[in-house]
Amino acid sequence: MTKDHQLSASGLALGYGDAPVIRDLDLELAPGEITVIVGSNGCGKSTLLKSMARLLAPLRGSVVLDGREIHRMPTKEVARVMGLLAQSPIAPEGIVVSDLVGRGRYPHQGVFARWSSEDERAVAEALAVTNTLELAERPVDELSGGQRQRVWIAMVLAQQSELLLLDEPTTFLDVTHQVEVLDLLTDLNRSRGTTIAMVLHDLNLAARYADRLVAVHGGTVHAQGASEDVLTEETVEEVFGLRSRVVPDPVSGRPLVLPLGRHHSGPPEPLSRPAPPSRCRSSGSHPSR
Amino acid sequence: MRRIAEAGSAGAGNTEAASGAATAVVPADIAAGRRRRRRRHLTVCAALSLLVLAAFAVSLMFGQAVYGPLEVVRVLAGEEVPGASFTVGVLRLPRALVGLLAGAAFGMAGITFQTMLRNPLASPDIIGISSGASAAAVFSIVMLSLSGTAVSIIATVAALATAGLIYLLSFRGGLSGTRLILIGIGISAMLHSLVSYVLARAAQWDLQTAMRWLNGNLSNASMEQAAPLALAVAVCAVGLVSLSGNLDTLRLGEETAAALGVRVERTRLLLIFLAVVLLAFATAAAGPISFVAFLAGPISVRLLGRAASAGSPLIPAALVGALLVLAADFIGQFAFGTRYPVGVVTGVLGAPYLIFLLIRQTRTGGAL
Repeated sequence: MTKDHQLSASGLALGYGDAPVIRDLDLELAPGEITVIVGSNGCGKSTLLKSMARLLAPLRGSVVLDGREIHRMPTKEVARVMGLLAQSPIAPEGIVVSDLVGRGRYPHQGVFARWSSEDERAVAEALAVTNTLELAERPVDELSGGQRQRVWIAMVLAQQSELLLLDEPTTFLDVTHQVEVLDLLTDLNRSRGTTIAMVLHDLNLAARYADRLVAVHGGTVHAQGASEDVLTEETVEEVFGLRSRVVPDPVSGRPLVLPLGRHHSGPPEPLSRPAPPSRCRSSGSHPSR
Repeated sequence: MRRIAEAGSAGAGNTEAASGAATAVVPADIAAGRRRRRRRHLTVCAALSLLVLAAFAVSLMFGQAVYGPLEVVRVLAGEEVPGASFTVGVLRLPRALVGLLAGAAFGMAGITFQTMLRNPLASPDIIGISSGASAAAVFSIVMLSLSGTAVSIIATVAALATAGLIYLLSFRGGLSGTRLILIGIGISAMLHSLVSYVLARAAQWDLQTAMRWLNGNLSNASMEQAAPLALAVAVCAVGLVSLSGNLDTLRLGEETAAALGVRVERTRLLLIFLAVVLLAFATAAAGPISFVAFLAGPISVRLLGRAASAGSPLIPAALVGALLVLAADFIGQFAFGTRYPVGVVTGVLGAPYLIFLLIRQTRTGGAL
């Protein structure tokens, strides 16, 4: 499988109006790896992903795909190389799963679209990989949240792009389906070399599934690298304003972030005594993720 | 038949659950399902075409005097048939043609707006674009003493301007269906009051002509009206069909569509432009036949059923629109003691559906 598609951002400034959310950000996606972007609410991580996917023109700087500025490239040509799973895509009323997945073939079709056997093959393969063949004839409205998310991933896979961007693909899913979706994406990365970049909220899942972790804070990349190097107690405090203990995850060996709140964060106290303020106070003004 | 999807081999660890299941689906089943839905789509289109053809034939044959199919065909072929040449050729043919074309135009304009804005209430006759055409026409008839083609042109321009105004007022960093509908309804109310004001000052003589622009009426239909309408329908239909892939993709949400390579803003403006031109030309020829744009889309989607998932509802909606207008005009002419304009009949059909939709949407979503 090819691993040679290069996507990078340099000197990027993004935002709406005069207030940039992202200021002077450089980021290069490592081909063939899973990059996970984390950061507190409103830090601009989704905005960054949208701009990398050419949906948002930068105020300054550029996003470059294979040596060409992405916002100047024919958009269908980009779509054959790069897919995006948006945060809340809409399933048209009554649409059947295999037809929804078929929509992913749009960038490969002409104006008066003729459905080819290659389209059919791509859809069948996408359904098989995401374990949704059984659902192919069901209306999307009838599916559970986890099934629906797998179908949307199948839609993006039918696009047959070697770069895949996902904006919070695990939101609204219970923990079982979160792990299922992340396992599926890892399968894709391992078996086909698909380069994946995604925004995740859950730090511990991010640490576990990322080959490279990117922490966005203050409008730029605050830290990036292997999970072990990025997820330290210091970085978590700087990026999220959250005091935490970071220990090795007994399952994966990756870092596990244990947040320190005002309650339940010390050794067991006798019920009647108030907790000593010195040890458990948080700075209060920071969002606790 | 292989029970395990051959294409699934790349799927690594997570396919064992699927391949073990007793009801395994293979890629051939998926292709067959898609073909089945495509066939149903074609069948619905063919059946609707036959119905439209039948309604067209009935409107040519029946009336105060009844002519057989043979006589009608001879008239259409250009032969001189005593009696029939006038009744069928001059009176009935333009009426049926304008009805058919206007219905198709309303149907396509309606389904385009409804699909693009993901809301059955977003039909151009509900959100005031037809009112723009009507108000401009009434104004130019009564106040400017214009007639004929000049009125049609002004109506078309006014419809485009109204659509542009609604678009501008409701666009704020993105297009929201609900905001557009509410602003459209507001503008529609304003235009209606303008029409009432103009009509209150109208001479008895102008009132007759002006009323046609408020009701929708085919009784003055002529070949001169049918020709430009036919041209508009042909051009816009080709345009809309070529954009139907974009529109289908746009329904997945703006971001997803843009990521798949749709130029969202351009597609939307083109769709609006084509739909408004259709609407304006049809309104210029037949008046704003009420609720046809609003009803044709939902009826066609209902008829398509599962097949709506695999194909565009554009052509079925055009056929349903044509059928609605032809049938309603026939009913209005002959079902009652007095003759009613076509718009009155479609209004009676459409109003209950509008109320039903409003009740259902406030029950399910709260918002529109």
